[in-house]
Amino acid sequence: MPTKIEKDAITGQNTTGHEWDGLKELNTPLPKWWLYTFYATIVFGVGYTVLYPAWPSLSGHTEGTLGWTRRGEVSAALAEQKAKIAPMMEKIKAAEVADIRKDPEMMAFVTAAGRTAFAENCAGCHGAGGAGAKGFPTLADDDWLWGGAPDQILQTVTYGIRNANADSRVSDMPRFGADQMLDKAQINDVSEYVLSLSGTATDKAAAEKGAQVYADNCAACHGEKGEGIQDVGAPRLNDGIWLYGGDKAAVVETVTNARRGSMPAWGERLDPATVKVLSAYVHALGGGK
Amino acid sequence: MSVALTGEASRATAGPVVQEAYYEDVVRAFMIAAMFWGIAAFAAGVVIALQLAFPELNLGIEYTSFGRLRPLHTSAAIFAFGGSALIGSSLYVVQRTCRAPLFGGPELAWFIFFGYQLFIVLAATGYLLGITQGKEYAEPEWYVDLWLTIVWVVYAIVFIGTLFKRREPHIYVANWFYVAFILTIAILHLVNNTTVPVSLFGTKSYIAWSGVQDAMIQWWYGHNAVGFFLTAGFLGMMYYFIPKAADRPVYSYRLSIVHFWALIFLYIWAGPHHLHYTALPDWAQTLGMVFSVILWMPSWGGMINGIMTLSGAWDKLRTDPGLRFSVAAVGFYGMSTFEGPVMSVKAVNGLSHYTDWTIGHVHSGALGWVAFICFGMIYYLTPVLWKKRGLYSKALVEWHFWTATIGIVLYITAMWVSGIMQGLMWRAYDEYGFLQYSFVETVAAMHPYYLIRAAGGVLFLTGALIMAYNLIRTIRSVESAEPNTLPASAVAAE
Ligand code: HEC
Ligand code: HEC
Ligand code: HEM
Ligand code: HEM
Repeated sequence: MPTKIEKDAITGQNTTGHEWDGLKELNTPLPKWWLYTFYATIVFGVGYTVLYPAWPSLSGHTEGTLGWTRRGEVSAALAEQKAKIAPMMEKIKAAEVADIRKDPEMMAFVTAAGRTAFAENCAGCHGAGGAGAKGFPTLADDDWLWGGAPDQILQTVTYGIRNANADSRVSDMPRFGADQMLDKAQINDVSEYVLSLSGTATDKAAAEKGAQVYADNCAACHGEKGEGIQDVGAPRLNDGIWLYGGDKAAVVETVTNARRGSMPAWGERLDPATVKVLSAYVHALGGGK
Repeated sequence: MSVALTGEASRATAGPVVQEAYYEDVVRAFMIAAMFWGIAAFAAGVVIALQLAFPELNLGIEYTSFGRLRPLHTSAAIFAFGGSALIGSSLYVVQRTCRAPLFGGPELAWFIFFGYQLFIVLAATGYLLGITQGKEYAEPEWYVDLWLTIVWVVYAIVFIGTLFKRREPHIYVANWFYVAFILTIAILHLVNNTTVPVSLFGTKSYIAWSGVQDAMIQWWYGHNAVGFFLTAGFLGMMYYFIPKAADRPVYSYRLSIVHFWALIFLYIWAGPHHLHYTALPDWAQTLGMVFSVILWMPSWGGMINGIMTLSGAWDKLRTDPGLRFSVAAVGFYGMSTFEGPVMSVKAVNGLSHYTDWTIGHVHSGALGWVAFICFGMIYYLTPVLWKKRGLYSKALVEWHFWTATIGIVLYITAMWVSGIMQGLMWRAYDEYGFLQYSFVETVAAMHPYYLIRAAGGVLFLTGALIMAYNLIRTIRSVESAEPNTLPASAVAAE
């Protein structure tokens, strides 16, 4: 098709003279602002590659005149932060948890550092602010499985519970049902008895029968009156606070199969100062003894 | 049905007139497929948006979990909806602008259609069953990749073959963009999917690349999927349908040449901006950023050519709501190609990376540009392909336009706010230098914005359903247009 250049009446520009399916093109020059902005970005780009590591070669790459590297930037920022908190972390590492609790300056630091460390490491199981969840004890109340004194908490956090650490807290409630130590009727009775301790039993006769089963099988760990024994991490059963739920089905399940909740040894994962920060933080959440 | 096409050959020979025809059945099929997959993709988007707001909606079943539905959504949107619209429109445009029927005839054209739909179904079933390469936008496993390779090669042969058969001295600009899309996607697909299957009858394979090289190749692929699938292909669509609907010449031929070559050259290097502050070496990150910034004006070249083509025809925006989609699309394109270079600057990316800001950027491009330019194209083509005098209802197109636009605005503003908030919360420190917020607190803070985003998605989906209804009524209507013959001017100009 021969080229037929026309003038467009509206814009005053010429067409290129080509046509496809009725479509034509104007030969409008490049908009000036467009071209100059394009050049400006190229100048910026070239300038940037002079300042920063950029062009590769067979043996390496240009380093950039600023001498900047990402690793350098991060290590400087980390070192700065470390230096900022180092004096306080040293002080906390050397102190007893009980003494940290009494020192307002250290506690101001613990409140800030503990909040972050708790949120990142503990809240996933224990809930925000230590509110607790089924199977994961509330840390903000004064009902303790393993003890709420500063050193007891430090011990629990450092070595954890029922894990592979040699110093971990251990104590396994037997599986009375699964291992056929008690039959179904006995489990039913003792469960009713346990519920009766907090006044929620539904079957008085069964609860009375269960008293003897309890005395024979449970009192050694949970105490004569269900008051709990912290040395073996056996929870109080007479206070209406439940780790695994206070309905009958939950109790029957615990007695039948046991639960054996586990927590990691944080001393293996976090530095000693942070573990102390966390222990003081947990102690201060509300129920520390 | 076919459209009569009288070419030079028929007039040169004095004998019986040789009737050749444009193949449009296959284009019609692709349009129906695009509409179908579009609705499926938007619905999947709404589902995963709701899952992010209410995790219980994962239903505890592996097949309906977020991890499996998310790639289903992205692939349905990009490859099934976008891909069907791109291939279908390209097969239409190349015939018209070359004044030649498709190379290879209806057989190859239908092979492309059914082959590509089979690819979509194979990919989608794989996602639901948990069969994946684990590479974003390249999730399908080796057996699907191989099949797509065959289909794509046939598509390239048909398209380029038609260009060779053309009865026009020059190749129209839309076709440059379509060719760039077809060839580059072929190369990206082959390199990023170089895998070794574990066994002939198993679905699992291992990628040949490893470590940071694999990451770099993945995002070289990923970014150019954006550049050549979501950008170049749709620019091709824009270059035909906007001047056509506006009935105006393209604003600047020179601009189209310069921005085409600049775009093609620059996109290829910009991939590292997806890997800022990762194990990728500093020098590669610098180059990724610099090429992205320089990419700004070449991208805007397309926008200028799209919008300025309307000069002298602005009134058509009032009378042709389909054209309004195309023009709004170009506006969103301009917006996301400004936002992109800004986000590629390392200091900005340090804030935006991994946040919802990226998701907002993606969807201002995906909903505003990709989906809208497709809607404009489909509204134009449906009456043409089914030989109707016009659409069933312009009022419904208006309704679609406004529901979809409000949907997009809700979606992207919610993501900007939540993304920037998320980024700021992640880097908030207290006086001792400890993090102010835990991760889970930032997740909780997202919730209201996830609800707004889901509402935006519902509006967008509703708009698409209105569109489908309007198109079905259009196709079913009895009113026919005049037989669609080749424009007299084109023949006479020989
Ligand atoms: C993987 C889940 C998990 C994580 C994470 C976790 N814990 Fe625990 N924690 C438990 C469980 C389970 C128990 C109760 C075990 C039992 O039955 O005795 C427990 C018990 C405790 C106790 C004893 C409570 C009592 O009543 O005596 C303390 C103290 C404690 N956790 C502190 C922490 C701290 C501090 C962190 C963070 C560094 C933490 N936990 C992280 C699971 C977890
Ligand atoms: C060897 C010590 C031991 C013996 C014996 C024992 N328990 Fe336990 N019990 C525990 C420990 C430790 C736990 C803490 C739960 C865990 O395993 O995480 C517990 C938990 C429980 C709980 C759950 C409390 C809650 O807050 O949800 C119930 C109920 C219970 N025991 C009942 C019994 C009954 C009934 C018996 C006797 C049939 C019994 N236990 C015998 C150690 C013991
Ligand atoms: C109703 C419309 C849509 C809704 C509600 C929607 C919703 C979503 C949601 C919730 C996500 C996941 C975000 C996350 O993981 O945080 C997502 C991701 C994505 N969507 Fe959509 N979407 C819609 C339409 C589209 C369309 C039309 C396209 C493409 C043409 C598209 C392309 C993508 C892509 C590429 C991603 C991945 C983004 C990334 O990984 O950064 N979406 N979409
Ligand atoms: C000049 C043009 C553009 C540039 C420089 C650009 C740049 C960027 C940058 C810097 C990111 C964030 C990477 C990260 O932090 O992870 C991004 C993400 C993304 N962009 Fe763009 N963008 C451009 C245009 C577009 C367009 C037009 C679309 C079309 C739909 C688009 C789609 C996407 C998608 C899908 C992602 C998400 C990738 C992922 O992480 O899954 N971009 N882009």
